[in-house]
Amino acid sequence: MYVAVKGGEAAINNAHRLLADRRRGDRSLPSVTIEQIVEQLGLAVDRVMAEASLYDRTLAALAVRQSRGDLIEAIFLLRAYRTTLPRFGTSVPVDTAGMTVERRVSATYKDLPGGQLLGPTFDYTHRLLDPSLLSDEPIEEPARKSASGEHVMRVSDILAHEGLIEADGEFPEDNEAGDLTREPLEFPMGRDLRLQALARGDEGFLLALGYSTQRGYGRNHPFVGEVRIGEVEVELEVAELGFAISLGRIRVTECQMVNQFKGSSKAPPQFTRGYGLVFGQSERKAMSMSLVDRALRAEELGEDVTAPAQDEEFVISHSDNVQATGFVEHLKLPHYVDFQAELALVRKMRADIEKTRRDGNHNPDQEAAE
Amino acid sequence: MTELATYNFAYLDEQTKRMIRRAILKAIAIPGYQVPFASREMPMPYGWGTGGVQVTASIIGPEDVLKVIDQGADDTTNAVSIRAFFQKVANVAVTTHTKDATIIQTRHRIPEQQLEKGQVLVYQVPIPEPLRFLEPRETETRKMHALEEYGLMHVKLYEDIARHGRISTTYAYPVKVAGRYVMDPSPTPKFDNPKMHMSEALQLFGAGREKRIYAVPPYTDVVSLDFEDYPFEIQKFEQPCALCGAQGVYLDEVVLDDKGGRMFVCSDTDHCEDRREHGHAGEMLAPAKEAAE
Repeated sequence: MYVAVKGGEAAINNAHRLLADRRRGDRSLPSVTIEQIVEQLGLAVDRVMAEASLYDRTLAALAVRQSRGDLIEAIFLLRAYRTTLPRFGTSVPVDTAGMTVERRVSATYKDLPGGQLLGPTFDYTHRLLDPSLLSDEPIEEPARKSASGEHVMRVSDILAHEGLIEADGEFPEDNEAGDLTREPLEFPMGRDLRLQALARGDEGFLLALGYSTQRGYGRNHPFVGEVRIGEVEVELEVAELGFAISLGRIRVTECQMVNQFKGSSKAPPQFTRGYGLVFGQSERKAMSMSLVDRALRAEELGEDVTAPAQDEEFVISHSDNVQATGFVEHLKLPHYVDFQAELALVRKMRADIEKTRRDGNHNPDQEAAE
Repeated sequence: MTELATYNFAYLDEQTKRMIRRAILKAIAIPGYQVPFASREMPMPYGWGTGGVQVTASIIGPEDVLKVIDQGADDTTNAVSIRAFFQKVANVAVTTHTKDATIIQTRHRIPEQQLEKGQVLVYQVPIPEPLRFLEPRETETRKMHALEEYGLMHVKLYEDIARHGRISTTYAYPVKVAGRYVMDPSPTPKFDNPKMHMSEALQLFGAGREKRIYAVPPYTDVVSLDFEDYPFEIQKFEQPCALCGAQGVYLDEVVLDDKGGRMFVCSDTDHCEDRREHGHAGEMLAPAKEAAE
């Protein structure tokens, strides 16, 4: 006998209780602390902050812990919190030329003002599992040198002196940057909104798209002008004061991709740029972002739009992993009403075919007539 | 530790509610037109009713009585979850009775009982664009709506007939609203389409991920697309509900065993319970009752 499905509420509560249990795991082990996550899983925390568009290490670490290390879930948690926060204003554009760099590499020059600085990178590590990390052995203090005070000029500024690279572009005086999270998305987008979308876009998706441009799907001949990681000042212009005050410092990764451009009827040949800027330390994301940013400028620069990475609607509509995961995973919600409708249709169509076949066998005259 | 937020009545801040209400008003003024709105990130996943939840959150007041259904049922997990959300953030009265509700949020069904003046039906919409599967680009489909260029949709329906002998769209069946906009009724079975026509209730549609709101005001023409020689038809079930004996309602198929045994019961659980309380019994219920007596 059929028993009506009741008790959805109890089932949900019990599921959440079990989830909390699994999240905590073996109670005989100490719980991982927020500080430990911030300090020792810093790149996970950075990714969560970047794709949630909220710079707060503690909250991001809390989200990582709450989500059992599922980073997209953590991003979702942090975004759902971010959406409730009031907006005080728009900061002054951060000056990445004034960055306290911890890492800075350029692929286009052997040496340049400010020098090449490797910083804390996985590059050139041999990917051999390190058995010493199985236990907590003491780690050497890093080597330090005092700041040279030399201005770490941007590679784009070096090229700009000769007019070899496109300029930053100008906004009108009263321009206000759009806000993707406060205004409906409409295509075609301005580059400000597009960069916002890319900055919070899924790292894996942008990586794959960036990669596809390298393999010939919208090739744009990229050189890493430079990648830099370090802290920048965030400043806010306060109307009552009439000058900008500092809100604090944030760590960002910036990538300036320098791309070949043959020139068009409107512009002489010069290098163009793809741009990537991400919260925290994530070179992979910043570089992918700059490849995709450049690819999405195809139309603006008079290039043929032939590849997925060049298609703004395609890229931006699908780059958000919180949206994507929600919609993909919603397929597990009940759909039985619609499935019932499809079942009935398929049964009816099969019955029709069966009937036609039977009639056909019994009634060859009709076939002849057709 | 950073202090976490406390939430406003019905979760959304008042500025956001105002923005959504403006979109709703515009939607009501242009029946069937998809109004872009600045959809917020909600504390439930995209695709799980964020659009409907935002619409409900923007129109609900302390005096409202809320009903939430998914697949016609009040007790499906996501309906339970959304109802619990509003109990938590708005502390409103909730009900499972269609007639007692002032706001009904739904996914995939329209209640069997005819809705009345003053009620609001809020649909959760996954893909608001009826032309999306014919033309994936938003820039193109908006143009098609603007030019009232719906030929593509008729060609699709015609091709169905040519290939299958009938229109093979069974749910999310496109409708024309107030003689102008072709609209996606959300993935309700086409069985429910006639209920939208000239409904006394206000019908609001929220698509959170796609950032669109649209509406059908009360007493508005809602016509399912068809052809003169292939008129629109709704699903018919060969047997009544096995629990309450209702006919002419939408039924769910419940598999009873692994030998092909199955029964059909009302998808609208409230309707079914109400009928049983009023003494109606289907064939599966009657023997059990007798046995108990």
